[in-house]
Amino acid sequence: MEFNNHITITLTINGEQQQVSVPPMARLLDIIRNKLELTGTKEGCGAGECGACAVLLDGKMVNSCLIPAIQANGSSVYTIEGLAQKEEFNCLEHSFHKKGGTQCGFCTPGMLIASYQLIKDKSSPNREEIRQAMAGNLCRCTGHQKIIDSVADAIEQLTKSPEGQ
Amino acid sequence: MQEKLRREGLAKIRGETKYIDDQSWPHQVIFGMAIRSPVARGTLTAIEFDQQIDWSDFCIVTPQDIPGKNRIKMIEDDWPYLAEDQINHYGEPILLLAHPDRQQLQRGAAHITLQIDPLPPVLTIEESLSEQEIIWQKGNTFKSYQIKRGTTESIFSSGDYQIFEQEYRTGAQEQLYLEPNGVVATFDPELGVTIYGSLQCPYYVDGAMATLLNLEKDKVRIVQSPTGGGFGGKEDYPSILAGHAALLALHSKQAVKMIYDRKEDMAVTTKRHPSRTKIKSAHDKDGKIAAIQIEFILDGGAYATLSEVVLSRGALHCFGPYFCQHVQIDAKAVATNHPPNGAFRGFGAPQSIFAMERHLDLVAAKLKLTPEEVRRVNFITKGQSSCFGQTFRERVDYHALMDIVFEQSDFHNKQQAFQKYNADPSNPVKKGIGFATFLHGSGFTGSGEDYLASRCTITARQDGKVEVLASSTEIGQGKDTIFTQIVAQELKLPHHQVVIAPVDTSIVPDSGPTVASRTTMIVGNLVKQAAAKLRDQLIETKFLASNYQPTQVAGAIKNYLAQHDTLTINTQYQRPEGVAWDDQSYSGDAYATYAWAVYLAEVEVDTLTYQTRVTNFYALQEVGKVVNQILAQGQIEGGVVQGIGHALYEHVLHQDGRMINNHLTDYIIPTSIDTPPIKVIFEEWNRQYGPDGAKGIGELPMDGPAPAVINAVVNAVGSQVYAIPMLPENLMEAMQS
Repeated sequence: MEFNNHITITLTINGEQQQVSVPPMARLLDIIRNKLELTGTKEGCGAGECGACAVLLDGKMVNSCLIPAIQANGSSVYTIEGLAQKEEFNCLEHSFHKKGGTQCGFCTPGMLIASYQLIKDKSSPNREEIRQAMAGNLCRCTGHQKIIDSVADAIEQLTKSPEGQ
Repeated sequence: MQEKLRREGLAKIRGETKYIDDQSWPHQVIFGMAIRSPVARGTLTAIEFDQQIDWSDFCIVTPQDIPGKNRIKMIEDDWPYLAEDQINHYGEPILLLAHPDRQQLQRGAAHITLQIDPLPPVLTIEESLSEQEIIWQKGNTFKSYQIKRGTTESIFSSGDYQIFEQEYRTGAQEQLYLEPNGVVATFDPELGVTIYGSLQCPYYVDGAMATLLNLEKDKVRIVQSPTGGGFGGKEDYPSILAGHAALLALHSKQAVKMIYDRKEDMAVTTKRHPSRTKIKSAHDKDGKIAAIQIEFILDGGAYATLSEVVLSRGALHCFGPYFCQHVQIDAKAVATNHPPNGAFRGFGAPQSIFAMERHLDLVAAKLKLTPEEVRRVNFITKGQSSCFGQTFRERVDYHALMDIVFEQSDFHNKQQAFQKYNADPSNPVKKGIGFATFLHGSGFTGSGEDYLASRCTITARQDGKVEVLASSTEIGQGKDTIFTQIVAQELKLPHHQVVIAPVDTSIVPDSGPTVASRTTMIVGNLVKQAAAKLRDQLIETKFLASNYQPTQVAGAIKNYLAQHDTLTINTQYQRPEGVAWDDQSYSGDAYATYAWAVYLAEVEVDTLTYQTRVTNFYALQEVGKVVNQILAQGQIEGGVVQGIGHALYEHVLHQDGRMINNHLTDYIIPTSIDTPPIKVIFEEWNRQYGPDGAKGIGELPMDGPAPAVINAVVNAVGSQVYAIPMLPENLMEAMQS
């Protein structure tokens, strides 16, 4: 049967090398969620519009629903589960919690990926730059204000203490 | 401070929360789907299965396989789980299919042919009203209401007043919770059917499953999974999705998973009702309303769903916070061949309030008065009665509310500054400022709360903790945190000593649905009463001293339970004294209390591209007690942005009854760069109802933004706009005409 053809993909997920066998049309998102059971990465639209499936692919934020599995072969991927283990995450996590940056929570892992990317890229972005950086991630609950507040707060904390602690 | 943070917040931030599609199952789960109608209206004559496919691998369910009633249990008995022969909307489910392999499932679906004789669909309110085609029972009207006070006609014909008449429209809107609808159904001959899913109202689904499957109530169990947003979109719809999955589970004897992708979710689930409102009003030279007639019509879609109650809320809210002796409101929900419209935050009120608040600005312009002047002469105050006969007994002071917003926003100075700015013809950008004054009733309308008779339980546990059992769902609004706060405060307990029971109908009592801005005010009050009784019981039985310390509660509970079997308190809703509503005459206290609000928007309109940007927003509301500042602000900010979306971006585009922009590429919701800074201001004047006086706030913020934003646009460009969404092309048309 045509459906039984699978391809083998090797990739480093959250620092650990993994080999998975998937249908040729599988997306990076399918590998992450269905094969590796890392369900922090969500499918919100399947069309690269909402950012709920955002991950870091070789250090750059991508929508994993738009990345064919084959393209991820040989790459390094960080999902929210991996990010949550990193030291810099503490500060973001604390700020999102304190400032009300999560409501229903479905967009939240993607928001954290986007804000992590931002603090890596820019040392002290202003509010407008934060809005720009988060514009690829949709949230229907918060009206974005408390997400922007959360990121701004994290940046303020990081500026005070470069270790983020 | 730490204690008031969202209880489940860290798990959500770390991506640990398991939504329905994230959960793993002990047994094999097969995948289900509905085969749907490709036309808006027709007669189904045959279903053909391609003989090339080995159908023995599939589970197939048709209406003949339904053991109970093929009707979704709601207000009317008209909405089938699977169409029988008449097809009434695009995407209507006709049969169900399940297979262990998703790709095989899709392949199977592609080999089923539906033979349908098409019929002419009814696709507008006007077509429905004409009744040239009858598409619902004996007429096309689901429900109508009339509110009548005084004699409007004699005022209109007196010749003493200036009369203004205008029609307003609002479009359909998708709830767009980020997590699409999804359920898993399991069936066990002993235990019956269990539904796990993303949903707002477990007991709605519970009742629906019992009727569909002809099962005793104890053979139906509904478990809410963490829910990625609802906004009304998971109020009625999960009953149909759960029904489909349950039918497939029953027939396949396997667990069945049905998770919609975004396209299916947007194409077939309920939307906000599109509306048409005609307002005719008579005014004296100061703008005072001498008489007003409002005709408010909703497009309900193909089945009655919740249209009746959406209509009722829309009708009761449409005249807003104003007083007049001569008022007539005629409200009607009509059938069309669109997919059924349903609940969406605000529930009819955003539609009718848009019309009223736009109309007052139009009247102001025609009378050469300011929007402020026209409102100030018409506000209702404490002691006056509404057009539906409710005398407001609490502090209702819109003059004070307006003063606060105007001061905080520097309204009068900005108005002048914008006028000056706009006078420069070389600058294509025009600035505007506008506002809306409105109210939103807390809890179910009229006798609704009496019929619900919601219950809540609090029980002391062996480990010394206190557990809250209620069917209210956490859908992002912060219910778990609010209930925890209420119990902790009442018992003087640290928050970690309070446990919120999982929302599972085999465990929790029916606290009513999580809708209608009712969870904190109505159910929260039941929680508070139960916590107080539990504390009093411990004190009366001398396990606690009356001046106890928080650290002593756990020990007291353990000691109590060493001597008694249980310590469980049940509470049930009782209508507050002095609140009365009469269903027959449709009059009285429509809601025990209301949130009173003034919202103000500033906009910039580019008159070359006709694009509008909301640059600043002020949201002031009197809400009784604010239980949790951060959560309450979050509710308001989120609602405001959904309202801005309704006003400027969100356009459900139908073609032949089908939504053709059913994806996020073409259905635009505001992003972080479309969103203005929002200043949220709470006043806490009236604390008569709800826990410590907390009123409902969930829906309120949806009502005011659209009229405030469009009033600001009109202020900027001088052309009148009567419909939303107002896309750039609509504004261009308005400015060129």
